[in-house]
Amino acid sequence: MAEAVHSRKVYWRVWFQLLMITVVEIIVAFLPISHYLMALLFTIMALMKATLIAAYFMHLKFEQVGLIYSIVLPLILIIALAAALIPDGSVALLMRLGLGYY
Amino acid sequence: MVQEVAFEQEKVLKSPWGGGKSPFGVSREKFTMWIFILSDAFTFAGLLAGYGFLRASLPEWPSRIEIFSAFPFVSAKLPLLFVSIMTFILICSSLTMALAVDAGKRMDRKGVIKYLLLTIGGGLLFLLCQAYEWGHLIHEGARLTSNPWGVPLFSASFFVITGFHGSHVLSGVIILTIMAIRVAKGIYDKRDSYEGVEVAGLYWHFVDLVWVFIFAFFYLL
Repeated sequence: MAEAVHSRKVYWRVWFQLLMITVVEIIVAFLPISHYLMALLFTIMALMKATLIAAYFMHLKFEQVGLIYSIVLPLILIIALAAALIPDGSVALLMRLGLGYY
Repeated sequence: MVQEVAFEQEKVLKSPWGGGKSPFGVSREKFTMWIFILSDAFTFAGLLAGYGFLRASLPEWPSRIEIFSAFPFVSAKLPLLFVSIMTFILICSSLTMALAVDAGKRMDRKGVIKYLLLTIGGGLLFLLCQAYEWGHLIHEGARLTSNPWGVPLFSASFFVITGFHGSHVLSGVIILTIMAIRVAKGIYDKRDSYEGVEVAGLYWHFVDLVWVFIFAFFYLL
C-alpha cells in the first residue's frame, strides 16, 4: 500500500513538471530570440516532456531493458531523420529563391 | 563438437528467448500496443518531418501569435492562450489516466471508473476546443489549399497534422468509453487483472506525447 501511495505521488510530480516545462515553453515563445535558438530550446523541452511521459506515465522506465531499447532506438532514428530533412529544406529554400544552388 | 552444440542449446533455452515466457517480460497485449505505438509514432514523425522540411524551405510563415489568438466569447486578442489551455487539458487527462491505471493495480473498480470518466471528459473537452479552433480558422477563410495569410502550405499542414492528432484523440475517447463499460461490467475483476485498462492507457499517453511535439513545433515555433 505504501508503494501505491508513492506511485501516485510520482504521477502528480510528473504532472507538475510537465506543466512547468509547458509554462517555460510559452514564455520562450514570446521572447525576442532568433528562430533557430527557439527551435533548439523547443526541441530540448519537447524531448524532456516526451521522456517524462514515456518513462513515468507509460511506465517504460520500469520495463525490461530489451523492451526499452526496442522502443527508444527506432524513435531516435526517426527523430534523426526529421532533423536530417531540415538542411535539405534550406537547400530547397535557396532553390525557391532562385539562387541557383544545385 | 556435439557437446558444444548441446552446451549452446542449453544456453539459449535458459535465456529469455528460450520459449515459454515473454522475452520482454510483458504480456502479448501490452507488447502489441507498444509496437502499434511505435508505428504510429513513425506516421506522426513523418508528418512532422514533412512540416519541418516545409518550414525550412519557405521564406515566410504566418505569425502564429496573430493567428492563434482567438478565444471563445472574448473579442480581445489573447495570443496562444487558447492552445495553452488545450495543452493543459491534455496533460491533466494524462494524469487522470495514470491514476486510473494505478487504481486498477489496487483492484479499485470505483476508482478506475472515476478516473476513466475524468479522462474521457478531458478528451471530449479537448475535441470541443479543437472543433472551436477549426471552426474559427475556417470562418476566417483558411482552407486546405489556401488561406488569407499568404502561405497555402500553412493551413494544409495545420489541418492535416491537427486533424490526424484529433482523430487519434477521438479514437482514444471511444476506446476509453468501451474500457469504462467493460470495467463497470466487472470483466477485469473476473480476470483479476486490470491490464486492459493499462494497455488503453498506453495509447492515451501516446496521444498526449504526440501533442507535446505538435504544440511545441506547430503552435509555438
